[in-house]
Amino acid sequence: MSAYERGTHMKIHRLAAVAAIFGMLGFGQTTFAQDASKAITIATEGAYAPWNFTNADGKLDGLEIDLANDLCARMKVECTIIAQDWEGLIPSLKVGKFDVIMAGMFITPKRLETIDFTQPYAVDPGSFAVAKDSELGKLGLSGEKFNLDDEAASMAAIEKLKPLLKGKIVGVQAATTMLEFVKKYFGDTVEIREYKTTEQHDLDLAAGRIDALFAQQTALATTLAKPEFADYTIAGPGFVGGLFGLGTGAGLRKEDTKLKEMLNKAIDEAIADGTIKRISEKWVKTDVTPVK
Amino acid sequence: MIDLAFFLDIFPTLLSGLPMTMQLAASSISIGFVMALVLALLQQGNHRIVVWPIRAFVAVFRGTPLLVQIFLIYYGLGQFRPSLQAAGLWWLFREPYWCAIIALGLNTAAYGSEILRGAIQGVPRGLVEAASAFGMSRLLTLRLIILPLALRQAIPSYSNEIILMIKGTSLASIITLMEVTGIAQGLISQTYRAVEVFVAAGAIYLTINFTIISALNALETWLTPYRARA
Repeated sequence: MSAYERGTHMKIHRLAAVAAIFGMLGFGQTTFAQDASKAITIATEGAYAPWNFTNADGKLDGLEIDLANDLCARMKVECTIIAQDWEGLIPSLKVGKFDVIMAGMFITPKRLETIDFTQPYAVDPGSFAVAKDSELGKLGLSGEKFNLDDEAASMAAIEKLKPLLKGKIVGVQAATTMLEFVKKYFGDTVEIREYKTTEQHDLDLAAGRIDALFAQQTALATTLAKPEFADYTIAGPGFVGGLFGLGTGAGLRKEDTKLKEMLNKAIDEAIADGTIKRISEKWVKTDVTPVK
Repeated sequence: MIDLAFFLDIFPTLLSGLPMTMQLAASSISIGFVMALVLALLQQGNHRIVVWPIRAFVAVFRGTPLLVQIFLIYYGLGQFRPSLQAAGLWWLFREPYWCAIIALGLNTAAYGSEILRGAIQGVPRGLVEAASAFGMSRLLTLRLIILPLALRQAIPSYSNEIILMIKGTSLASIITLMEVTGIAQGLISQTYRAVEVFVAAGAIYLTINFTIISALNALETWLTPYRARA
């Protein structure tokens, strides 16, 4: 092969490589949301039972799937629901791979810098789960809720928990506000392990590799209902507000204002006629309807 | 579009994962090399009882993805805690760090043993016969003739394997170890700037691997002075 031929060959390869990379990053992909009034694609994680998960038939199921279908019916829009890794949700939304995120995602100031949210459709406090015979476990679920925006009260509650958790290994899902919470308030007290999915930290709690979980109460309740977690319990108070933001909402691109309006109206209706209460009691045994 | 200040900002954070990446790579490559050498030598004999289990081990670890191996060794064995505790091995499998080293080490041992087996078989028969004509024992022949030639011959293929292992450590974050890639994913979730963060993380891997390739090339050149590379 002559030097010239080699050169052209290289160029073609390089072009192909660049094209492949851009393709992977989703550049040049058109935004599907051009006409949100007819059809939209909603992405969920599919690994966060009972909010969204893949059921035994391999289909997406859960509170948010039911709610998404209900909202779509109200909006008279055809919806496709797909599963996407948690970490890729916001980047993929931004490049237009789908139009809406409904994946147990909290509305936070930080996320609002990048994407927009509807009003919350659920509010669910974060809590620890530990072995029943551990120091913290003996407290059990206090049923108390602390709003992190009320600093004095919530800091007092956190200081009370700290000695009970000293040196323990806490499992928490990576890239979540749960992780931010544990880092911020318990970073100097516990050892943190970051997991890709909550299913994975559940497995490690059952295996005895970690001492505690920190997650949303509804997710913990579902986990602890399984027989292998009979010796574990949700313990201490629940935390809301502050870095957990305003609750769980549907994420969308900032420019999709019309879609946001439609979704907000549909959520309003679903709150008003008790649909969210019904769906939430079906899936999480408690009512997570946001207080208007 | 390229924001230099942002790169300067994330680099120290990403580099904080470098010790973990290097520890995982160094431990698994060292353990893997020793195992690979033993397995390659054991296969030189023709004892079926010895050779077949090794072949099976190599086939399994070469034939399945490293990701699956890490998952099975960590989450899979985690389900057998009582048996592992009874066997006195739970302290080892309890820690994600050791599980990662075991998975990476076994994987590279499988690939490495095939590389070394080929290199040993590539040593000219005449040299071995000459050694035996000189009255060298089999062990002495192995030490003075076969291994030096085979190991030198294996350097280019083995450097490939080493580089694959360095990149393989990026899978350790799925079992909670915060090496460079794990930290990169954390940064992306905070900043949502996937392109910049992955470019920076990629640059770190590129630098490590370029250094290793250069060092191994230099080693090969030094060991084969009569065959200078073009």
